[in-house]
This record gives sequence, C-alpha cells and structure tokens, in this order.
Amino acid sequence: MVPESYYLALSALLFAIGAVGVIVRRNPLIIFMSIELMLNAVNLSFVAFGHRLGSLEGQAIVFFVMAVAAAEVAVGLAIIVTMFRLRRRLSIDDLSLLKW
Amino acid sequence: MALAAFVVIALLAVGSALGLVLRRNPIHGALFLVVNLGCIAALYLMLGAEFLAVAQIIIYAGAIMVLFVFAIMVLIPGKEETGPDPRRALRLWALPVGGVLFVLVGTWVLIPRATAPAGPAAAPGGVEAIGRLLFTDYLFPFELTSVLLLAAMVGVLLLARRRA
Repeated sequence: MVPESYYLALSALLFAIGAVGVIVRRNPLIIFMSIELMLNAVNLSFVAFGHRLGSLEGQAIVFFVMAVAAAEVAVGLAIIVTMFRLRRRLSIDDLSLLKW
Repeated sequence: MALAAFVVIALLAVGSALGLVLRRNPIHGALFLVVNLGCIAALYLMLGAEFLAVAQIIIYAGAIMVLFVFAIMVLIPGKEETGPDPRRALRLWALPVGGVLFVLVGTWVLIPRATAPAGPAAAPGGVEAIGRLLFTDYLFPFELTSVLLLAAMVGVLLLARRRA
C-alpha cells in the first residue's frame, strides 16, 4: 500500500518542473504544454486526497478540471496560431501588448 | 509490490516531465508529455479512479495532445526560439525558485498528514458512482461546463477565421 504522501510529493515535483518550464522556455507551445503538466500535477493531488478521504468528490473535481483544460487548450492554441499568422515569429517575447 | 510499481511509474513521470521542459524540439516535448499523461493515468488506476484513468487517456493523451501536435505541425517554420535570449540571467533564476517552490508545495501538502486521521475505506468508484455525483451534487457545474465548451468552440472558430 503506497502512502498518499508519496503521490502528493510526486505532484509537488511535477508542479515545480512545470512552473520552471513555463518560466524558462521561450517557445509558446512548450510553455503551454508545461501549463498542462502543472494542471495534471494538481489533478493527481486531487485524486490522491480523494482516495485518502474516501470520497468521490476529488474525482468529480478532476473531471471538471479536465473539461476546462480541454477548452483552454483549444482557445490558447487558436490564439497562438493567430499571433503567428500576424508576426511570422514564434517567440513569447512578442506577446507583450498588455505591458504597461 | 505496489511500491515498486509506484516508483517505476513515478520515475517515468518525472523523467518525461524533464524531457518536456528540456527539449528544444516541441514535437519531442509533445511526445514526452504524452508519456507523462500515460503515467498519470496509471497513477489514477493505482488510486482506484478507473473512470478518470480512461478519461485521461481519451481526453488528455488522445484529444488535447493531438491538438497540440496539429498546432506544432502548423507552426513548424517558427519552431526555433529566435536568436539569443536577451533575458538569460533572469530566466536562470527560475531554477532555484523552482526548487524553493517544490519545497514549499511539498511541505504544504504533506504537513496535514500527521494530524488528519485516515478516512473511511475508498468509496466505490466506477462510472455509476461518479455519474450519480455529477448529476445530483454537481449538476450546476456540469451544465456550466457545457456552456464553457460551447463558448470555447465559438471563440476558436472566430479566431481561426481568415479575415477578408
């Protein structure tokens, strides 16, 4: 029987790796995939806690997170493709229109 | 036995996560992410969430990653991060900050372990139990999710339209 804290430690590690990926990489697609990695790490911790507490609500929450992530990926990729169409370059430093 | 399986799957998950973050080529990163999502699905199986494991394979590894690979194929001329990095020193700070983040998050999720008692035995999983939960307690978020998906679809169609 694997203690739930192992799952939580793995989730924390994956979250940190995803966060470093978001900050360090400059390709918007890799940044986006690192965000998906962070979302999956949090999903794993939800399911681990749900297993520990014996309730199904953790799994229901993960269901909703998956649906929202699917919608977010679709819209985010459409935005990235549109930006590429406008600028012909794929660098995250270009996406700075909202800077003050 | 279960511990050995967990260690193998965890090592594979961490290795593929590092592969995603460290590879230059986004297609390689996407393939590493598919491996990572498969490992997460295996961990869901070990935690008794069979429906979620299959949903993870179908939705995440099957639909979302295919969408990513399509987008990468469309954007291939821009695959290289252009030119030298003007903010390299700042970006390298991410590594110690990432280590601190891991220590903080790990401490936060692991501290309540000592105080909270172990809950009852794992609830009966399966599609019927989750479906019952979704249609009674979580009916409102369920309907909202369908509206969200519709909004996402309309947004994507609008963004992808060629003007003039």
